[in-house]
Amino acid sequence: MPKEKKYESLSGIPIGEVYSPPDVRGLDYERDLGYPGEFPFTRGVQKNMYRGRLWTMRQFSGFGTAEETNNRYKYLLANGQTGLSVAFHFPTLKGVNSDHPLSRGEIGKCGVAIDSLRDMELLFDGIPLDKVTTSMTVNHPAPILLAMYLTVAEKQGVSWEKVGGTVQNDPLKEFFAQKSYVWPPRQSVRLLVDTMEFCLKNVPKWHPVSISGYHIREAGSTAQQELAFTLADGLAYVEAAVERGIDVDDFAPHLSFFFDAHMDFFEEIAKFRAARRMWARFMKERFGAKNPKSMWLRFHTQTAGVSLTAQQPLNNIVRTAYEALSAVLGGTQSLHTNSFDEAEALPTEEAVTVALRTQQIIAHETGVANTVDPLAGSYFVESMTDEMERQALRYIEKIEELGGMINAVEAGFPQSEIMKASMDFQKAVESGEQVIVGVNKYIAEKEPPLNLLKIDESVEKTQLARIEETKKNRDNEKVAAALERVRDAARDESSNAMEPIIEAVREYALLGEVCEALVDVFGSYTDPGTF
Amino acid sequence: MKKYRVLIAKPGLDGHDRGAKIIAKYLQEQGYEVIYTGLNQSPEQIVTAALQEAVDAVGISVLSGSHNYVFPEVARQMREKGMEDVLLFGGGTIPEEDIPPLLAQGVKALFRPGTPLEDILKVLK
Repeated sequence: MPKEKKYESLSGIPIGEVYSPPDVRGLDYERDLGYPGEFPFTRGVQKNMYRGRLWTMRQFSGFGTAEETNNRYKYLLANGQTGLSVAFHFPTLKGVNSDHPLSRGEIGKCGVAIDSLRDMELLFDGIPLDKVTTSMTVNHPAPILLAMYLTVAEKQGVSWEKVGGTVQNDPLKEFFAQKSYVWPPRQSVRLLVDTMEFCLKNVPKWHPVSISGYHIREAGSTAQQELAFTLADGLAYVEAAVERGIDVDDFAPHLSFFFDAHMDFFEEIAKFRAARRMWARFMKERFGAKNPKSMWLRFHTQTAGVSLTAQQPLNNIVRTAYEALSAVLGGTQSLHTNSFDEAEALPTEEAVTVALRTQQIIAHETGVANTVDPLAGSYFVESMTDEMERQALRYIEKIEELGGMINAVEAGFPQSEIMKASMDFQKAVESGEQVIVGVNKYIAEKEPPLNLLKIDESVEKTQLARIEETKKNRDNEKVAAALERVRDAARDESSNAMEPIIEAVREYALLGEVCEALVDVFGSYTDPGTF
Repeated sequence: MKKYRVLIAKPGLDGHDRGAKIIAKYLQEQGYEVIYTGLNQSPEQIVTAALQEAVDAVGISVLSGSHNYVFPEVARQMREKGMEDVLLFGGGTIPEEDIPPLLAQGVKALFRPGTPLEDILKVLK
């Protein structure tokens, strides 16, 4: 007997045939939605949303050497991109240099190779840092990359008050999502609070953390888990900052978020709307925030990398467009659209142009940006938004029973939940219950190979030579002394490690050297290898 | 009868372990004895673990673009250690054109994104 078709969302929420007033009976407009720009901000953080300003079109990009990536940035800016977003190669994300044994084969492959201030100077050569905002995706070594960026600004004669951007700097999700960790959970949160405190005083336009669900989802979580674990990370950071004695209304307006836009259109829109409402309530009710900006959940979105298929890659343009549309209808502040060739490699210039054009078509041709939160009041969307919130709150309660997110991470809770969810999804794909066009249905027999971006193997040589040159041209005694001050600051919990890190970077200490100094004090974290 | 033993490994600094863990879990469910190295392994550590655990097969997951370094290097070290009877396979974001040269260097099979899990069983026995 054929199995009865189940109607449920990608994340397993049962979906009814039709929605009507009884489905939103409990909904109170003022209490649960409010007007855009009003608490609880379900409908958006700004009153006029995209009429005031379109979302920032920010394509995550980086490959090869700093010079090559600099060229790509100039190309993207010339083509209407409005912000930069740096993708670092794995060695940089893991806080080691290109000459580390584990870096072999990975140098410049999945992002740009940055070993020292020298590379950072080349990366932003000719790009005025008071005119663009930059997002840097790096986590445990984030304070060091931020220090390099600020030093480049200084050298360009741009004062730190004028420097704007974001550093991801979201250490907890590394342990269960992106896995680019260096030091253990508690120490990683301490460094995050150091950067927050430093930026508040010195770089007021900088967002010192982007609390990220993207990697959580890509690692295999459901939408509810993505939402819950992201907000739980955020709550842990707010608690840590409050414990440091920083006023919630001082730092909370600088927090930003980052979500995935996956394939289930309405589920994603519901997730974005629920996220805003939940965060606003947490900030107001739990932390007593008074400034409305402290209650704003502002977010960047990236379309789902995991939804891209190597088979029939042009289909990915369509997937990405729907995902991007859900992010815009969900009220995102900035957006990255994936390129159609990214299931296999970093994108070619042609592919990245189509991805950027996808956003421009949504912005200027579809008309969806003309009105704020156009799906509000839909019986289905409101009901989904409520359900998303309910399920995510259940997870957050569970995390709080475990003693908060740091403890939950140490206990392996999000790790095992994500493992289960990703296995369930894989099995649904294997059985054909979850259709993926071109992969388990509508399969093409023969496909022409794509023209893929190739990273020149000479990147490795360039980086190794540059490390040697940097070491030769700097004052090694000054570097050693600066690194000692980094260790001292790490040891002293009442001090802030940012200033000594900036000093070390200025002296051209290598990224890996600064990280080693911190590891000397903090210890390191290794994968427990559970599955 | 002795269970068929498989080592699943993640080389280098790349943290994309969703695929590796799915394969490990799946093979375990299929009755294989599975050892997972965890992240951040060097080729030497992978080969040493394979020897110590006396595995019948080594599966490596690469999503970092380092496949043209990792697979030949592991294959070379396995040959050096006389592990001709251990089957080396792998998967990840490996462009189609890179596969034949890697197979010629001693890798038994490479699986690209979107491969059904069952296909892996056909290579392992």
